[in-house]
Amino acid sequence: MLKLRSVFSKSKSNNLFHLRSLTKSSTSQSSPPAYDFSRYSQNAFSFSKHSSLPAPASISRVPPSRSFATDSEARDSIEYDVVVVGAGPAGLSAAIRLKQLCHQKGADLSVCVVEKGAEVGAHIISGNVFEPRALDELLPQWKQEEAPINTPVSSDKFWFLTKNRAISLPSPFHNKGNYVISLSQLVRWLGTKAEELGVEIYPGFAASEILYDANNKVIGIGTNDMGIAKDGSKKENFQRGVEVKGRITLLAEGCRGSLSEKIMGKYNLREKGGAQHQTYALGIKEVWEIDEKKHQPGEVVHTLGWPLDHKTYGGSFLYHMKDNQISIGLVVALNYQNPFINPYEEFQKFKHHPAIRPYLEGGTVIQYGARTLNEGGFQSIPYPVFPGGAIIGCSAGFLNVPKIKGTHTAMKSGMLAAEVTFGVLNEVLDMDMYWNALRNSWIWDELYKARNYRPAFEYGLIPGLALSGLEHYLLRGKHPFTLKHGKADHEATNAAQLHSPIQYPKADGVLSFDVPTSLHRSNTNHEHDQPPHLRLRDPKIPETVNLPVYAAPESRYCPARVYEYVADEHNQLKLHINAQNCLHCKACDIKDPKQNIEWTVPEGGGGPGYSVM
Amino acid sequence: MKIMVAIKRVIDYAVKIRVKPDKTGVVTQNVKMSMNPFCEIALEEALRIRESGLASEVVAVTMGPSQCLDTLRTGLAMGADRGIHVESTSALHPLHVAKILRNLVENEKPSLIILGKQAIDDDCNQTGQMVAGLLNWPQGTFASKVVLDKEKEEVTVDREVDDGIETVQLNLPAVITTDLRLNQPRYATLPNIMKAKSKPIKKFTPQELNVEIKPDLEIVEVTEPPKRKAGVMVSSVDELIHKLKNEAKVI
Repeated sequence: MLKLRSVFSKSKSNNLFHLRSLTKSSTSQSSPPAYDFSRYSQNAFSFSKHSSLPAPASISRVPPSRSFATDSEARDSIEYDVVVVGAGPAGLSAAIRLKQLCHQKGADLSVCVVEKGAEVGAHIISGNVFEPRALDELLPQWKQEEAPINTPVSSDKFWFLTKNRAISLPSPFHNKGNYVISLSQLVRWLGTKAEELGVEIYPGFAASEILYDANNKVIGIGTNDMGIAKDGSKKENFQRGVEVKGRITLLAEGCRGSLSEKIMGKYNLREKGGAQHQTYALGIKEVWEIDEKKHQPGEVVHTLGWPLDHKTYGGSFLYHMKDNQISIGLVVALNYQNPFINPYEEFQKFKHHPAIRPYLEGGTVIQYGARTLNEGGFQSIPYPVFPGGAIIGCSAGFLNVPKIKGTHTAMKSGMLAAEVTFGVLNEVLDMDMYWNALRNSWIWDELYKARNYRPAFEYGLIPGLALSGLEHYLLRGKHPFTLKHGKADHEATNAAQLHSPIQYPKADGVLSFDVPTSLHRSNTNHEHDQPPHLRLRDPKIPETVNLPVYAAPESRYCPARVYEYVADEHNQLKLHINAQNCLHCKACDIKDPKQNIEWTVPEGGGGPGYSVM
Repeated sequence: MKIMVAIKRVIDYAVKIRVKPDKTGVVTQNVKMSMNPFCEIALEEALRIRESGLASEVVAVTMGPSQCLDTLRTGLAMGADRGIHVESTSALHPLHVAKILRNLVENEKPSLIILGKQAIDDDCNQTGQMVAGLLNWPQGTFASKVVLDKEKEEVTVDREVDDGIETVQLNLPAVITTDLRLNQPRYATLPNIMKAKSKPIKKFTPQELNVEIKPDLEIVEVTEPPKRKAGVMVSSVDELIHKLKNEAKVI
């Protein structure tokens, strides 16, 4: 019997397939003193292939969840006072605030942040014109501490685009005092600040499930099992996930967070908060290094109109950062009706506009990425507290749509949650106080004033603009009515027969590019041999509904070309999911007409690698 | 028996690299760095040997600026017992690394040094061979299988060579460099990452190890490979011959 010394001793039961304690899985053989590595070749742990090893109970089926279903083996469990899911602006602000309170009051709380990206900042992408209001409260010495915030806004332009012209309009934004930044860089800096204060941050670990106790209270999260092959079997390097338990769990997964959506469903948080459904937009962005003669640090440009039609809400942004870099992108609201719309191609088209292309000519693209963002604003804020924790940041949804800023409110929401959490762990407060804290804060005030801008566009572009003007110059949110959102984004898609296909121009390779080229620039990667993380609730729906009725919108709105319909040997089009391309934008989870696509979190460490986005 | 593993911090393999505008190198600012994949395989092999009971300690060595500590901690999280960081801000070429490793070996006295066959940033494929040369130790490079016989103090290495697999038997102490198919490295688990924080890391400078970092190579220029030109369809064999003769000038 081949015996291996177990170096890592656990308090829980033997991990049958753990690499280190192989006593159960090895075959009997005459045992030479030599160590034969051939036993541990690729096939050693994919039992479905290796005939001489005893096959365990059930291996051939694809497990329904990411934790290997037959494992009765317990996972390792680590306990903290507070567990934060997501190392973004909200999550890190909450963690930092908690540690600050600990230092102030002489308390000691252990805070752990788990992050699915390979590094802090790898999954962070945003415009971004940053309002430092929350950061001034959190880390007032940010300038001295060399936060990567050094390009103040120098000009604010607002254009209405037609196919060939750009009509200057008075800018509705007041960006004086704000900065053009890379949010990925700022979050990385926040991460170092958090670690300095004693926060433990673990990138590369994806929180894939919520842990509950016997009373249905949330007691933490479980991370993904790693090393599962596409067919569900365990690979050589299989590693069971761990349970990260917290007395309080804060979900900060960003827009359309997978665990947050589950929690909101389970505890009916939207109803509880009297909220409408959330509405979303898809933002597609590139960072370019341009000709320095064309570069004006701090220049901010926003456009409306072309290439989007009057029924489709959205607009573009072009921000000049430092080092001759600019951020350029297009945001398309996901309640668009024409299923043939391809937001990625609209963005590529946009870059050719005569007012835009001069900036880009002679430049090179450095990075590409995409992410959905919340547009529901005030009307869609759910009750953010659940037994055992709270939802913070964009997972709840505090983005100020007319300002197009959500970072400052996300950070503030994290800070407020931290303050209440501190009280809860010292047994003087109830987590429900977080709801009160939000409503008494400037987040509420700001979002309330901004509440009617976006819903007005339900009536079309011109009425929307007219109301925006009215709001901005006259009413400023001081009216008794609150407009409602229209249909949910996925319900807004019309049947394909009501529209005709859109012919998008071919990429020229200089200003516009094809998806594979862009995807390469996002530094996206996933371990390819893993079960696809995009799950179809009903595997027949793509071919019976999406394709015939809606002309396969997922093959058009996905900015990573994950969904492709490919003809099989009978010449029938079948859905092919290239999960490895996924940018974690969540557009499919939002826009699929039958809500058939469920975005679940893949193995930690995969996904895009944003550094200047 | 002690095993020393050399690991290198390189640009992550999934990153799209860009050449710096001044053509002196590749942009490394704000770019994700990771452990060289072949070094991961080397470390994995060392860990498996230790887990089989044939070695007592795995020491991970890395060289470079202070950020290399991240890579070293990842190595410790995978399971290495101790780390050594040779700190240097100047560029280290394979010969420097080999000399430093040789001098470290005099202190540590491992029976086996395992390295990745090459680093994915420079693709040199030299360090392992140079270390073996400097130490006068046998080497088994491009290893796709490693079998250690502790009693006979031998290691049998299957090497991936151009015409197939070559098996060599080396007396210990020896140098092995790993190729892709040797093993599949393990993931560092959360508990192990936490444990790694308290594992000891010893710091050295090249001067302390009596190695002078004198650049003996100068990088003159770094450029992107030329863009692939579109193919041309020819209409006849004669046209093909004409083009091969007059345009491509290969016949």
